[in-house]
Amino acid sequence: MTFQAKHLIAASTLALAAGLAPAAAQDSLTVAIQLEPPHLDPTSAAAGAIDSVLYANVYEGLTRFASDGSIVPGLAESWDVSDDGLTYTFHLREGVTFHDGSTMDAEDVKFSLDRARAEDSTNAQKPLFAGISEVTVVDPQTVEITLSSPNGGFPFNMAWGDAVILPTEAGDDVEGLKSNPVGTGAFQFDNWVQGDRIEMSKYADYWGEPAQLDSVTFRFIADPSAAFAAMMAEDLDVFYGFPAPENLPQFENDPRFQVLEGNTEGETILAMNNAKPPLDNVKVRQAIAHAIDRQAIIDGAMFGYGTPIGAHFAPHHPAYTDLTGLSEYDPEKSKALLEEAGVGEITLSLKLPPPAYARRGGEIIAAQLREVGIETEIENQEWAQWLENTFNGKDFDLTIVSHTEPMDFNIYANPDYYFQYDNPEYQALIDELTVTSDEAKRTELMQKAQRMMAEDYVNGFLFELGIQTVAKAGVKGLWANAPTQATDLTGVYWEE
Amino acid sequence: MLRYAFRRFASLCISLIVASAVIFFAIEVIPGDPARYMLGINAQEDTLAALREQLGLNVPTHQRYLNWITGMVQGDFGTSYTYRSPVADMIGERLWISLPLALYALTLSTLIAFPAGILAAARRGSALDAGVMGVTQLGVAVPNFWFAMLMVVLFAINLRWFSAGGFAGWEAGFFPAMKSLTLPAVALALPQASILARVMRSALIDTLGEDFIRTARAKGLTKRQAMWRHALRNALIPVLTIIGLQFSFLMAGAIIIEQVFFLPGIGRLVFQSITQRDLIVVESVVMLLVFAVIVVNFAVDLAYAWVDPRLRGAR
Repeated sequence: MTFQAKHLIAASTLALAAGLAPAAAQDSLTVAIQLEPPHLDPTSAAAGAIDSVLYANVYEGLTRFASDGSIVPGLAESWDVSDDGLTYTFHLREGVTFHDGSTMDAEDVKFSLDRARAEDSTNAQKPLFAGISEVTVVDPQTVEITLSSPNGGFPFNMAWGDAVILPTEAGDDVEGLKSNPVGTGAFQFDNWVQGDRIEMSKYADYWGEPAQLDSVTFRFIADPSAAFAAMMAEDLDVFYGFPAPENLPQFENDPRFQVLEGNTEGETILAMNNAKPPLDNVKVRQAIAHAIDRQAIIDGAMFGYGTPIGAHFAPHHPAYTDLTGLSEYDPEKSKALLEEAGVGEITLSLKLPPPAYARRGGEIIAAQLREVGIETEIENQEWAQWLENTFNGKDFDLTIVSHTEPMDFNIYANPDYYFQYDNPEYQALIDELTVTSDEAKRTELMQKAQRMMAEDYVNGFLFELGIQTVAKAGVKGLWANAPTQATDLTGVYWEE
Repeated sequence: MLRYAFRRFASLCISLIVASAVIFFAIEVIPGDPARYMLGINAQEDTLAALREQLGLNVPTHQRYLNWITGMVQGDFGTSYTYRSPVADMIGERLWISLPLALYALTLSTLIAFPAGILAAARRGSALDAGVMGVTQLGVAVPNFWFAMLMVVLFAINLRWFSAGGFAGWEAGFFPAMKSLTLPAVALALPQASILARVMRSALIDTLGEDFIRTARAKGLTKRQAMWRHALRNALIPVLTIIGLQFSFLMAGAIIIEQVFFLPGIGRLVFQSITQRDLIVVESVVMLLVFAVIVVNFAVDLAYAWVDPRLRGAR
């Protein structure tokens, strides 16, 4: 009852200020995303929502993703690579402080990386750190990282949200970071009302270009119609990753709003179980690939938002080659291939996780496959169930999922990965790529990899997931693209 | 009365014990590993093992059940797998939204249903009665989430009187907080009020046909006096039953309404916890809801006895 008493007193003093405060003062911003982070430590969970709130805003790593997906310096001003490619020397910026006032130096970098690769680490992307054999503090501004084998993509690994730098001082209470994050970013964390919102404010001692907003509130709205209503009622300033694409034209035609369309790193695929008959037969996989009309799926399931892909590779990446021609929509060819394969009548299971791309896309794909004589048994699954049975248990023939990790075509080199593509040639190719740091050579290898997976028809390559953001017309500096899961607000401002 | 209360209390305790076992084991068999959900598709086996150990998931199921039960009796609901904060605190915070919302809705529905039901019964067969019956028929048929969306379109998007959702927080003051609960409460109350009004009406009509009402009229009471002094009290039993059931429904049924209005209440917590396989939260919240339902039923049983003295001696 004390709670009630306390709040009734507060209520009586504040009652006159009744009515919800107007959302849009010109130095604050209310941003909604769909999912709420489970906790606030990006280095110990896979949940993209954690990065969506904290990446670049509160936490920074040695390097970082720029809005176009390129890797730029973060807390490390620059870095050198030894000639054998085994030693990276990172030169840290001067004058960087954590939000608790302590100085960020080489000790913090060593602490963070050692924690991520430790035996009892719960880092969801532990493979990013697997190549590190030693982290050495040279002086407070210099860290030397020794790798067990050369890795041209190491600065890329360090840009992930899972590789952000935490304060050594938090070492005793790293669990505390789950509810009270302390980073080096342009915004400092203020408050989290679980289930409702996270508040942050401008960090006065930020080392770089200061944020232009004084305060930011993140809200979490999962329901598409609620998202639409909240935006229309102007309760929100920005909805990043707007969940109701069917309503976007309405916002586009309303002068109060703007709609941003961008790319993500989400290759959406019809994954096939390459180890399970009849899908172990490349002809059957090819037949399925030719049975799929990508544009019909993009139009029907995604309301036209999405770019067709012909391999597991982001179309906006410079090394992308368009291989959609290898698996163009051709039902006749598909039927002929099935005939050739001699598999007769086939019925395949199709497991669908919750996102709309899978549920709506799955219905369309089932119809397209029926056209060529393949029956499907659709089963809708929750994420937890999908992870357990489909992904981990490999109990599926077909499933639809968007792989949102950037540059993750190396998953095709793991024969144990759920779609079980086992091609030693591809594995050798990825090994070669890992130790290559010459850019031209890397591009060539990446293109070879795309061609190889496309010609093996490993999966049905559907489309690159788009991201749509609805914002009030006066909000500037938002990222349209999502090169990683992030809502970088450091450069956002209101235009008068 | 005391013996009656004691019997009801004993059956309350047995219900709770059985419910706890059913809830725990039913939820544990749902496929989906909390650790794998949290660490996603790139997690390594050793990382998963480390997290399972951290979460205490490597302990056998029956041991976890015992820990859970003994903890709960002492007020310790355990620690959430995903949020990593005490479940009791999380539930406590959310209750400050869900409980006021349910009470608000219950009050609204009673305030609407009683006059509507009484008037319709008193003027049985009139245009007013037909009107009440028609409107309540619609109220029962319309799904509350759809009605909620209609209200959002009208009051939040067009008229801008209310926010489309969210909770202002009690710290923002009593009235702003109640204001953000108003649309959800109305959405929840409407179908409940319709049911309640119909039950009220038919219970009253039944009672008005009883012999004792004729006796009351015969001894010179007006129709109105007979209604207020004798019929109403006797008609309350079925109405109380419905109110008791409704309260449970309002606590649990708010799940959808809390999604529509993105209110950080118990319903949304359950919904989120199920998808995230935060089993301990699901178990504790469901247990708490069961507890609430059983306690409300217990209270309703006691209320029967208070309204109807004949029940006090009954088994």
